[in-house]
Formats: sequence, C-alpha cells, structure tokens
Amino acid sequence: MAREIYQAITDGILVGGVYALMAVGLTLIFGVLDIINIAQGVMVILGAYLSYELAARLHIDLFVGLLVTVPAMFVIGVVIQWAFIRPLRGRERVSMTLLVSYAVALIIEGILYESFGANTRVLSAWYVTSSVHVFGFYLPYIYLFGFALAVVLVVALYLLLYRTRFGRSVRATMQDETAARLVGIDTNRVAALTFGIGVAVTAAGGMVYGATSGGFNPNSGYDLISRLLAIIILGGLGSIGGALAASVFMLTLEALVDIWQPQWAIVVFYAALVLVLLIRPAGFFGAARGRTA
Amino acid sequence: MRPHPPWRSRRALVLGTAVLSVGALAACSSSGSSSTSTTTSSSASSSPSSSNPITIGASLSLTGDFSTDGINYERGYELWASDVNAHGGLLGRQVVLKILNDNSSPTQVDTNYQTLFASDHVDLAFGPFSSLLTTPASSVAARYGYAFVEGAGGAPTVFQSPANLADHNVFDVSLPIADEMVPFVNWIASLPASQRPKTAAYPMADDPFATPPVQLAQQMLQKLGVKTVYSKIFPEEAADYKAPADQVAASGAQIVVLGSTDVPTVSAFMQAFEQQHYTPKLFIAAAGPDQGSAFISAVGKGNAVGMMVPNGWYPAYANSASQAMVQAYVAKYGGNASGVSSDIAEAYSVGQVMAQAVTATGGTDNAKIITYLRSGVTLTSVQGPVKFDSLGENGLAAAFVSQWQNGGNAFNQVLPVGQAGSVAIIATKPAWSS
Repeated sequence: MAREIYQAITDGILVGGVYALMAVGLTLIFGVLDIINIAQGVMVILGAYLSYELAARLHIDLFVGLLVTVPAMFVIGVVIQWAFIRPLRGRERVSMTLLVSYAVALIIEGILYESFGANTRVLSAWYVTSSVHVFGFYLPYIYLFGFALAVVLVVALYLLLYRTRFGRSVRATMQDETAARLVGIDTNRVAALTFGIGVAVTAAGGMVYGATSGGFNPNSGYDLISRLLAIIILGGLGSIGGALAASVFMLTLEALVDIWQPQWAIVVFYAALVLVLLIRPAGFFGAARGRTA
Repeated sequence: MRPHPPWRSRRALVLGTAVLSVGALAACSSSGSSSTSTTTSSSASSSPSSSNPITIGASLSLTGDFSTDGINYERGYELWASDVNAHGGLLGRQVVLKILNDNSSPTQVDTNYQTLFASDHVDLAFGPFSSLLTTPASSVAARYGYAFVEGAGGAPTVFQSPANLADHNVFDVSLPIADEMVPFVNWIASLPASQRPKTAAYPMADDPFATPPVQLAQQMLQKLGVKTVYSKIFPEEAADYKAPADQVAASGAQIVVLGSTDVPTVSAFMQAFEQQHYTPKLFIAAAGPDQGSAFISAVGKGNAVGMMVPNGWYPAYANSASQAMVQAYVAKYGGNASGVSSDIAEAYSVGQVMAQAVTATGGTDNAKIITYLRSGVTLTSVQGPVKFDSLGENGLAAAFVSQWQNGGNAFNQVLPVGQAGSVAIIATKPAWSS
C-alpha cells in the first residue's frame, strides 16, 4: 500500500505540472482582464495541433517547436482580444466575455475539425515513452520535462510581472484600471498583450498535454476547462505560482483517491474546490483585498 | 515571493459558480439523458410512392467524444445509401439520408430524434453511435412508433430499457456486447493449465458499453483460477489515465482486459505501460484497436502488434458482400482494407437489414417493419446472418477476437481458434517498440 501511495503522489506531482502549464495562462488572463476564458481548453488543443503540425510535417522536436508555437499563439491571442474581447463594454462586460469566449471556442473547434478531422492525434518523441528509474519508480521524461517547463514558465511570468516596466503596468491595471489610465498607462495595449501572453504560454501546455493524454481531437478541450477553472480558483485567482501549487495539490489528491475509488476521484476534485471556497474564498495564494475598479 | 496581486473574494465565488455550472453541463452531456416527454404521437407509416424518395433519419456523433466512430458511421450509412441508389433505390425510390449531429450528447440525441420524427417526418430511422446514446434515442423512437435498427447499441441497458421492454422496437444488427469477450476467455480455458496466465487486471471505463463484457470476462476467468489483481471502474470523463494505468502496471498482471470506449483511452494505457516498462502477456480492449488507421496512427504500428479487440466483423471477413463493401469503401475514401473500421460494417449492416425489411413489407410502414423483424426471419448483412430475439439482440451474431499482427500491417481474426478465417494468435504480446 505504501508503494501505491508513493506512486500516486509521484503521479499527482508530475501530472500536476502538465495542468499547471495549461492553467497559468487562464489565471493570468482572468487576473488582468476579468475574463473567464471558456476557450482555454480549446486553446490547449490548438497548441497541441500546432506542435503536431511542426513535428509531423517538419520533424521539429516538440520542445524546440515551442519557439514557433508560443509566438504563434501569442499573435492569435492578441488578435482574439482585439477582435472579440476589446469591443465589449459596460456593466455586462464580464458575463458577455463568457459567451464570447465560448463562441471563440466553437469557432476554433470548427476550424480544427475542418483542418484535421475527428481522428485522434498523438504527439510522439523519444521522451514521451521513455522514463528514468529513480528510487524504484519509473518517472517518464515527458512529465519531468513538462514539470520543469511549468516551473520555468511560472518564474518567467513572475519576473515579467514584478521585474519589468510592462509588469508594473499590468499590475496597475489589475488593481485599478481607471487609475492606471489616469497615470498614462495604455490599458488597451496591456490587455491585448496580457491576453496574448496568456494564450502563448498555453501553447506549452498544449504540447505537453498532447504528448501525455493518449490522444486528442478538436473536441478534447471541453474535458479540460472545468478542471482548469477549479485549479485557478484553488490557487488564488491571478496567482501564477498558485496555479502550479493548486495543480499539484488537486492532481495528487485525485491520484490518491484513485487508489481506492477511481469513480470518486473527480467528485473529490470538485469537493476540494467547494471546501476551499468555504474556508478560504480567495484560494491558496489569493489575497482578500481586491482592486477598487 | 512577493504578495500576489490582490483579488476580490466575490470574484472567486462568481467563478466558482461558473466552474460548477460548466462541470454540471459536462456531467449532463456525458452521462444523463433527458426525461422530456411529449404527448405527440405519430403512426410513423406512409404509403409507397415511387416518385418520392425514402427519407431515413439518424443522429450521429460528428463532434464530441465519439466523433471518430460517429464519422465512420456516417460514412457507413452513406456508403450503403449510395450503393442502394446506384442499384435503383428501395422499391424503386431513391434513399435520402438526413443526419443530425448530436455532439456525443445523450440529451442532444433525444432532441435530434424528436426533430427527425415530429418535424421532419422521416420515413425510417437508423440508430446513433454507442449504447450510451442508443438508450435514450430508442425511447424516442418507441414513442413515435419507429422501428429502431441500429448497430452500436449492444449493451444490456439498451435491450432492457423500459421502452424496449414495452414496445420491442430496437433491433441491433451487431454482436451483443456482454458476450463479446467470451471467445477470449474460452481460448484461455483451452490452454493447458501450465500455460494459462495466472493474474489479470480489469480497468474499466464507467460506460454501459465498456463494463458488461469486462465484468463477465472477469467472472469467467476467476472461475478458471486466474487471480484478479486489479479491478476498478474509472470515470468515463477522466481527463488523465496515468494513475489507474500505473496501478495496473504495478500489479504486474499477465492479462489486461481494458473496458475502453475509444482510441485515446487505450493509447493512454499503452503509453503509461511503456513508460513503466510493463508489457502484459495478453492485452485485450473492448474498443479502440478496432478503429483501423485511427488506432494505428495513435499508437504506432509496432506497439499495436498483439493488441486484441472483440469484434463481430473484421476487414478480411470471408463474406462476399463484406469484401465488396471494403473495396467500395477504399475506392471512395482511400486507405487500405486493414484500415477499415468495424463501424463501417456495422452501419452498412443497419442499412442492409432495413432494406430487406422494407422490401419484404413492401413499404415504409414502421409497424409492419417491426412485426417483420420480430418474426424470427433470418436476414443477411456484411457482418453475417442476422436474426433478432424478442429483445432485438442478434442471436446469430458471431463473436470474434481480432488482433493486430504482421508489424501492425494486418488486423486478423484470431479467435475462435479453428473457425474459418482465424489465423494463429500471437500468444505473448511483444515488448513495446517506440
């Protein structure tokens, strides 16, 4: 039994890294723009397809391919924000973004179906099926690399937010958009770039998800979105590090429950969310004080 | 680390509500079925007219979890319709298919068939894909008096549904799924005790299609003395299979009987097994390996070798109509014979059986068709003979087990041993070859 528990904890940490890669973009976008991006799951799948195209057609390594897919997804994100999100104004803006992002998800899904069909695709590389033997456990390289990538991205986003001029603009916009405008910050530009960055980092999540999920098709994103939303709430809305911590916590919890009752694993996943909302509404790393506008 | 950007807790609650709503919607779309009732009734009968086409309605999963199978079914239905129309149609009338997309949702499939019956007034109905969707769909068909000929609703829940028990309108042309692992178990039983595997694992998706055959196999193998070292049901909507797959690998089971519904589930287990340096001696999955090129492209030819799947049909099936259908499919859609999914044959068989019923009854009166199909008559299909019992199960359906062989280039019938068309089974799955 002890071995099973250790294995579950290991699985939870490793799979949690994958989910963190998919969730950090979502929490960043919500933090800055107040947007519940329902399209995040489909964005993950879009990232997976971009990696697939580079690997299948140009034989570019999955991780090297991120040098292409991340900028490409950044551009896609900026365009989506400019075309669909930015025009939304008024008191109903937040709720309207739910509908708009859902529409964006449907559009992207439709394009993917037209382009790739419904057949399952898988991302392949030597490190996807290979593993290293450590303390009696086989740790797959893809999960190790994915976890490392998650940590790197979290640190990079942290540095971007707290060590750069652009980051100060972002944080100012987060705290009070009106005041930020008054001091000369181009909040429209900040919003577009932040949305672009949020979508860009999702390219990494898509690549690792595509390599670890057993296969994906244009519809696969819908299974992800509710989990990703739960993770960013648990981590604290807008908290980049919180997304990583919550991913590891939730997936470890799920893996542990899976030992005894797999059918309850998902229930426990969401029960944990409800419990946290009751005890600590701001999540693990969320602060109680909020912005004023 | 510095304090994180501040947030309002109210936003967390709003978003929490959104998460739970999305989760609830997802749960509804994957497991529930609408209980909408209507008092509208239709006799679902029409008089033949040689000038009007025969319209056949169906709801298929062209998107969503079952989209790979749903699109194959669409191709199977269309291939049958084009063949029929090329030969003058049914009773001299051209066949027109009206196919709606249910997005793999049991709720949407209910709505779609109501649309087809109440608004479109289709002459005949073909079934959707999967037992999960056939159960609610067949209830709608019963309400409107339609004969519901289908090829992918073989779970006990379909035949035992209140609507079918009352109206007996469901007719499944394929193999009833509960028994589909029996040839595999019989083969294990035929092995000398010294060669018989000693342990088995049974991971199952929570799906009416996936669990019954695996649970029956487990009962039978246990009686043979094969020890169960893992038996758990995991949620069908699980987003990650690493944890259960790693548990199976840790069990070291010699046999893995996987209750799967699609290619990604099988692929995820195979990938996790390879990562854990674990190769079961025998690996059979309820669904997935039968998906032809879709399966091979997901797992690779080398890894596919030795993978088994129960089936009522396989591309090399020695049946002239089947061979003609395979050739027609390859000519129309490309690829090769071994890449033709069994979905195609199942869908095509639905059309064949309905065509024979229409011809025999001289029209599209669904009441007459139901009576005819329940009469015990033996019909033909590309999957072999069809004869329905009182609940609409095909009592003549043959149970095969097929296996990927020859470097992943051939999908052969291997069980039952000695049956016409069976080739030698690969009794020990080769190591993973990625």
